[in-house]
Amino acid sequence: MAKAEKDQEMEKEKIKLEGMDPEKLKEEMLSKYPTKVARKRAKGIVVNRVEGENVPQIQSNVRTVPGLIGQRGCCYAGCKGVVLGPTRDIVNITHGPIGCGFYSWLTRRNQTDASTTPDGHNFMPYCFSTDMQDEEIIFGGEKKLKQAIQEAYDIFHPKAIAVFATCPVGLIGDDIHSVCREMKKKLGINVFGFSCEGYKGVSQSAGHHIANNEIFKHVIGTNDEVDEGEYKVNLLGEYNIGGDAFEIERLFDKCGLHLVSTFSGNSSYDKFAKAHTADLNMIMCHRSINYVAEMMETKYGIPWIKVNFIGAEATAKSLRKIARYFDDPKLMERVEAVIAEEMPVVEQARDEIRPRTEGKRAMMFVGGSRAHHYQELFNELGMTTLSAGYEFAHRDDYEGRKVLPEIKVDADSRNIEELKVEPDEKRFRPRKTPEQLAKLTAENLLADYEGMMPQMKDGSMVIDDITQYEADWLIETFQPDIFCAGIKEKYAVQKHGIPMKQLHSYDYGGPYAGFTGAINFYKEIDRMVHSRIWRYIKAPWQTNPELAATYAWD
Amino acid sequence: MKQTTQPAAYTATQNACKLCTPLGASLVFKGIENAVPLLHGSQGCSTYIRRYLISHFKEPADIACSNFAEETAIFGGGANLKIALENIRLQYAPEMVGIATTCLSETIGDDVPMFIREYREMCRDQEIPPLVHVSTPSYQGTHMEGFHGAVKATVETLATGEKAEVPGINLFPGMLSPADLRHLKEILADFDSPFMLLPDYSQTLDGALWTEYQRIPPGGTPVAEIRQAGGARASIEFGRVLASQKESAGRFLEKRFGVVNHGVGIPIGITETDRFFEALETITGRPTPDKYLEERGRLADSYVDGHKYVIEARAGVYGEEDLVVGLVAFLSEIGVIPALCATGGNSRRFRDRIAEIIPDHERKGVTIMDNADFVEIEAAAEKIRPDFFIGHSKGYTLARRLDIPLIRVGFPVHDRIGGARILHIGYRGAQSLFDRIANTLIEKRQDTSSWGYTYM
Repeated sequence: MAKAEKDQEMEKEKIKLEGMDPEKLKEEMLSKYPTKVARKRAKGIVVNRVEGENVPQIQSNVRTVPGLIGQRGCCYAGCKGVVLGPTRDIVNITHGPIGCGFYSWLTRRNQTDASTTPDGHNFMPYCFSTDMQDEEIIFGGEKKLKQAIQEAYDIFHPKAIAVFATCPVGLIGDDIHSVCREMKKKLGINVFGFSCEGYKGVSQSAGHHIANNEIFKHVIGTNDEVDEGEYKVNLLGEYNIGGDAFEIERLFDKCGLHLVSTFSGNSSYDKFAKAHTADLNMIMCHRSINYVAEMMETKYGIPWIKVNFIGAEATAKSLRKIARYFDDPKLMERVEAVIAEEMPVVEQARDEIRPRTEGKRAMMFVGGSRAHHYQELFNELGMTTLSAGYEFAHRDDYEGRKVLPEIKVDADSRNIEELKVEPDEKRFRPRKTPEQLAKLTAENLLADYEGMMPQMKDGSMVIDDITQYEADWLIETFQPDIFCAGIKEKYAVQKHGIPMKQLHSYDYGGPYAGFTGAINFYKEIDRMVHSRIWRYIKAPWQTNPELAATYAWD
Repeated sequence: MKQTTQPAAYTATQNACKLCTPLGASLVFKGIENAVPLLHGSQGCSTYIRRYLISHFKEPADIACSNFAEETAIFGGGANLKIALENIRLQYAPEMVGIATTCLSETIGDDVPMFIREYREMCRDQEIPPLVHVSTPSYQGTHMEGFHGAVKATVETLATGEKAEVPGINLFPGMLSPADLRHLKEILADFDSPFMLLPDYSQTLDGALWTEYQRIPPGGTPVAEIRQAGGARASIEFGRVLASQKESAGRFLEKRFGVVNHGVGIPIGITETDRFFEALETITGRPTPDKYLEERGRLADSYVDGHKYVIEARAGVYGEEDLVVGLVAFLSEIGVIPALCATGGNSRRFRDRIAEIIPDHERKGVTIMDNADFVEIEAAAEKIRPDFFIGHSKGYTLARRLDIPLIRVGFPVHDRIGGARILHIGYRGAQSLFDRIANTLIEKRQDTSSWGYTYM
């Protein structure tokens, strides 16, 4: 190579690296913060680097700095809104002033099919609140709560009533649990409470944990009736947004798996009650529901595996994982047959769309699992995830469960009850022999989640509890082809001229799970990144291209 | 003051027809130029409220929060509020921070005015933007009390008695749509008078695409203009219910600075809009511009033409007290019987305001319900069987169940696009409402006819 050419080559290399050093970009992003805030945020913003099994440590599940506009909700939102929201036949009563109940009134687009339970109960379109007034704040709200429970019973005669505490309830000292016990005795149905006051913990995550605890204490294991059917499984952490659960149920039926219960998409109370009779727990959303899986394992002997039905490849992989767990050639064959039958259509759709989406770049900041799961779908479209992060996850969701022993429990997490669980004398039943368990454990099949970061490229930015300012900065700097988050971010992103996909509510679309869902998602992303509507918008970098930065591996 | 036509009086609220106080306050602060709303309490409140506003306006709506943790709830939120203010100041350089409390900080009894004084003291060498505080526990009143409270707190904190070179008109419109606010600005400009519209979220919550990043969306009532509110020629305040209450921003300015306050109903329909224009004529000494007289003329003409479709139709109206009162005034003048008038509000003034507009409401069999929720409204509607509902999108469930068409107005409209662009006020707003109502009734008749006429 001639010297001049070589110099030119070197020069190009240098510019490329300089413009793209993610550590420098991080520094630049943080420079707008006051020093103290920058120091704190720096620990939650990590440039990914996968070395063997190891990834850098990321600070997560810590308090959001006051005054930074973020994505997180509260403990009540995680408990009532997320985990218990999709339960159709439990009457959920919000004990508190009107706002909390109103805002969590069927806003998550959870779907349910009430025709599958004999009584046809569906209270999800219904919002019940004690609507506390001044006098209850001063004199206590227990009396009003009792009356509300009685009214709910008189109107609906439900199987169960659940009570959710909001901020003032804990402060004024209402004992919702004793009220629930009293009303349970009086009405002869299950009545139980959740102390999920909004100020507990640092995000929705605390509410998920509380929801897990109380459902485990009060509902699971209350009905020992065993369903007919082979390969009995529970699906945990699937909330049936946009009909995802229906697609997953379709696949289970086809594979011959018997779904005892789902927590909590398209769920019913009776199914929760006999969840302990299943032989395998499968976790979709690790963050919101792993507690129940662990407790069920200790108490009833049900092992759990991590699955993911977002992405066609991931779906196939998860189905195979289930078959491996049951270790039955008949099931394995059937699963293979189902995959072989379903995949060609998916591949056809993907191959048609992929040439148009190949190389496009995505960012996603959502949930405690979704930011990981949806990378699968983008990978299938040949797209790269430049940056991702969770809203309310813990380190194990980022770095994998192997870091669990080193996570320090801080004051905010210590306040959330850890149930002491013992094997149930009557109901504990080992599902596998110690040898089988050892073999499955050796295959990393059981009780394992490797986290999001090991699957992300080196140099990608992982950002926990992203702030509005940081999101804006990322968009301006990288001009991704698509940005995924929730409704609160949606219109700010679109103002920048970037397509925005909501991964909480699916933007009124879906399902995106399973094989059918994958096709829906491919089409949706194809439409979004190629919509002619963006022509009407001139983004700053279109007139000023040097503003654009890219990553080293671009 | 529940009506006897209601079913058994429930203690609990089921499917509420009201929102919480800090939502109203946040909306007001979103309508002030370069202001940042800050909720003092749990982050869940700001997240929920943002989500509700954003889903309706389909615009970004940043609301900061002082992010209480469990120990903050025990030891008080002073430190958190100060950190939040400091971070907002440095990140956003706002011209004002509007602080609304939540149930959490109210229940523990945080002394926010003291925290603000301490913060000012802490930063005495620096320039601190005005900090407006309004107390908004959700266990007192509805989002409308939060809204009016925030308008009043803003004026109380900022107005100094300082006069503009050319004193203008203060207009306190209450909770209207961005389209309404834009129309108001047009009207005031046509009267050739300077004005201060508070709040004005017509641009901040219904803006254009950005060509460059905006820390705070452009638009809103300038803080400098609010400072001069005490030197205005007069104030106009919309809402008959508000006008019958002891306290409001307009009354405060009248008492404190002698600015004459004109309380008129929300100008929906000819009668109420006439009153608004009369007030403008009185204050400015100018006649109503021809443009509006023409609009009024066309509107009256269409009332005549469309009369046969709407006469004696029965409506179910629900929503905020003043919006319902305004709609009832309009419906009554076009010959529709507002057979069911319901609100989740509980000011105890609602019934009398409706009675003012429909003195023979008893003879007409009009059911008036305040402090009502959707279960009670539905029970009443089942008996009354109105021909259509007019209200926000939360009424969709009952409209669907009863198979009665719903005409969407007000807030929230979460199941249609264009909630921000619904025009309710002025002759022009009445025209649009009239056409929508008449066409809804025509459509229903057409759809249910055995013939399928194409000529109605």
